[in-house]
Amino acid sequence: MIYFQLFYTFFLIGLFGFGGGYAMISMIQGEVVTGHHWMTMGEFTDIVAVSQMTPGPIGINSATYVGYTAVVNAGGAEWMGILGSATATFAVILPSFILMLLISKFLMQFKHHPAVEQVFTGLRPAVVGLLAAACLLLMTPENFSTPSDSPWQFWISVAIFIGTLIGCQVYKLSPIRTLLFCALVGILLF
Amino acid sequence: MLSLFTTFFHIGLFTIGGGYAMIPLIEAKVVDEKQWISREELLDLMAVAQSCPGIFAVNIAIFIGYKIRGTWGALLSTLGCILPSFLIILAIALFFRQFQDNIWVARAFRGIRPCVVALIAAPTFKMAKTAQINRYNIWIPVLGAFLIWMFGVSPIWVIVVAGLGGYLYGKYITGESAL
Repeated sequence: MIYFQLFYTFFLIGLFGFGGGYAMISMIQGEVVTGHHWMTMGEFTDIVAVSQMTPGPIGINSATYVGYTAVVNAGGAEWMGILGSATATFAVILPSFILMLLISKFLMQFKHHPAVEQVFTGLRPAVVGLLAAACLLLMTPENFSTPSDSPWQFWISVAIFIGTLIGCQVYKLSPIRTLLFCALVGILLF
Repeated sequence: MLSLFTTFFHIGLFTIGGGYAMIPLIEAKVVDEKQWISREELLDLMAVAQSCPGIFAVNIAIFIGYKIRGTWGALLSTLGCILPSFLIILAIALFFRQFQDNIWVARAFRGIRPCVVALIAAPTFKMAKTAQINRYNIWIPVLGAFLIWMFGVSPIWVIVVAGLGGYLYGKYITGESAL
């Protein structure tokens, strides 16, 4: 049953996943954490981190990882988890596969079609909203702690957040190096 | 035929940091080394792959595979592109379960989590520039984010409604003929 749900969920994510890996992460978050409660926001954040640090597209990495975790969290054995990741990965690329084949066959010029351009005048701003929402939803006590719970961890987390933002925006630091550096900060300070 | 698989396997294995990080390697392999497509074709293809749903790098792999060897070529290049990710992530997933309670791993991830949130916040601003957000359309991302964040609306619905809204707006309000 969970395989069917995984397939359906990731098929939809693949079908409507406009705007690149991060927008897709917002969709996976919406479906997997908020919708199905297959994992906690903290677990999901870890998955995004690992997906970013390992080779390959973030969308594929997170689909594979989420498929595994969802099944194992539901009480499945390891081999069932592997089947879960295969299901999610297959489902997320299936819509692309069908669509890209159709496009290569028939409509190479479709991107200049006025209807497509009109759709994108609505889509592009919405993708920005998706990214903002993903970010807001990830600002949880699980990821940042709270001032009353552990002020030390909370303020260091806030500092890491602001530091990363400045590093990426102003100094164009590579995300992988930033992640590794923050891991080191975590090991030393927490 | 097999070189489609190995080429994209190589591309999938050696790019860290997502789809856009793959472009230079795709260019080197597919345009310069194998000469499967020209640089101009790759640029066109990137524009199409970007406006299609799904994973950017996979879309490119499908398209090039299809161009070289039809549907089977598309299958092989896709498989090559995703297999490294799949295997590496599985290995980590199996391994991480045993180590996530390790104190050092837990500490490292406590540092990593706020960093991940910021890494998602950063492209939000970049994307806002690309999407040409101005005072007339800023309500779209704000409303979208608010619906997802406060009311738990699925991002899928936000995308569907936004796309449909853009189409209807173009068709009926600004009056461009769409078909």
